Amino acid sequence: MNRQPIIAHLPGLRRYARVLTGDIWAADDLVQDTLERACSRWRLWLAGTDLRAWLFTLMHNVFISQVRQGLTRAKLVPTVDLEDVEHELRAPDASINFAIDLQRCLLRLPDDQRAVLLLVTMEEMSYEEVSKVTGVPIGTVMSRLSRARGRMRELLDEPKERPVATETGSTAQRSAPVLRRMK
Amino acid sequence: MTNPMNPDEMHALVDRLQPEAQQRAIETLALTDPQAAESLRSWIRQRAGLRELHRDVLDEPIPASLLRAAGRFSAMQQHMNTGWRQSGIAASVVLAFGVGWISHGELVANPAPSAILAKAMAQHEFVRQASFAFAVYMPEKRHPVEVTAAEQDHLVQWLSKRLGRPLKVPDLSAQGYELVGGRLLPSEMGARAQFMFQNGEGQRITLYLGAVDKKTDKVDQGETGFRYESDGPVSSFYWFDQGFGCALSGQINREKLIALATLVYQQL
Repeated sequence: MNRQPIIAHLPGLRRYARVLTGDIWAADDLVQDTLERACSRWRLWLAGTDLRAWLFTLMHNVFISQVRQGLTRAKLVPTVDLEDVEHELRAPDASINFAIDLQRCLLRLPDDQRAVLLLVTMEEMSYEEVSKVTGVPIGTVMSRLSRARGRMRELLDEPKERPVATETGSTAQRSAPVLRRMK
Repeated sequence: MTNPMNPDEMHALVDRLQPEAQQRAIETLALTDPQAAESLRSWIRQRAGLRELHRDVLDEPIPASLLRAAGRFSAMQQHMNTGWRQSGIAASVVLAFGVGWISHGELVANPAPSAILAKAMAQHEFVRQASFAFAVYMPEKRHPVEVTAAEQDHLVQWLSKRLGRPLKVPDLSAQGYELVGGRLLPSEMGARAQFMFQNGEGQRITLYLGAVDKKTDKVDQGETGFRYESDGPVSSFYWFDQGFGCALSGQINREKLIALATLVYQQL
């Protein structure tokens, strides 16, 4: 059970949205839409019940409906803000590369699999919570988790040099993150 | 232990166990199913990496438009709770409080350190009592339990009533342990229950259950992963869910204890 005020959940929602969409602007738009929806449906939230789970449920629904309408499309090429990675450049290369690889591979998972994987790992939700947030039976959560983990492993094990196939054909550039100064 | 792991068990191992317990389970599994062990290693690496992704975002200042929307939501809640007359004041207090919090960075995502410490101490105390209770009743020849397994239904009803929540006795026969019975135990936090199990060689283990904190319904306790603690010869695996703790204790090695704890966890 979670009794923290809504503001306490904003950092977590922003981070989840950021990893889910792979894009800094799309992420805050998603959080904004989620909060707007929370405001318009606040009567549906029972005070005293788990606010975090409710917010994640709203965000999941907003995200999935936007994906279906083609409004949000997870970017296949994650943009990396130079200022964001500056502090990481001092860390060992392997961990930065792994983080970039993870984000790149995540964005190539189907949206519903990516959501389940992130809710279980990054958000540390129980399988039951994930089932409630995503509105699918727990068996579906488990099979999505299995597929996501299996697919992530394949993607991570692919040789990086070789161009990897994407839905729209394949180019070597597509799989590399684009460095872009944004601020 | 040559029974293969099903995918659900593999996920639970990756998502619920502590690193040391994972390593031991994987080493054991590698002997019989090296491919599955390799998948587990890969999944664990993935999980660790995913948990670190964009941690920096947690410390970023929150855009004003998001704060405003969150403030509106809080104001509506307050409105509902405090009524018309005080609503304006309540909303401004909520906003001020929220903005104050944001400047504290980390505090936004995490409860106060003192609360974390208090929780950790309560949890430590819980497992210490579990291993005490094990040490006291395990060697008991004539009265190891108050109510025997012959009256299992009565036992479960009685202890459920005293602990104020429905309890279940897990079936540990897959690991060769049968229920001996159970007893009620006191603690500062109210009633606790102990179930005792015994295998064919007369080796005993106990499952200790109860609330960790009197204020459980007011505090965010969440669910924790498996933890391991050994107190002299007695080892315990324990975990907490919504302020309710379970500890499985015994004088057996970690691998056996974790296999049993996994069985318990799945059934409770």
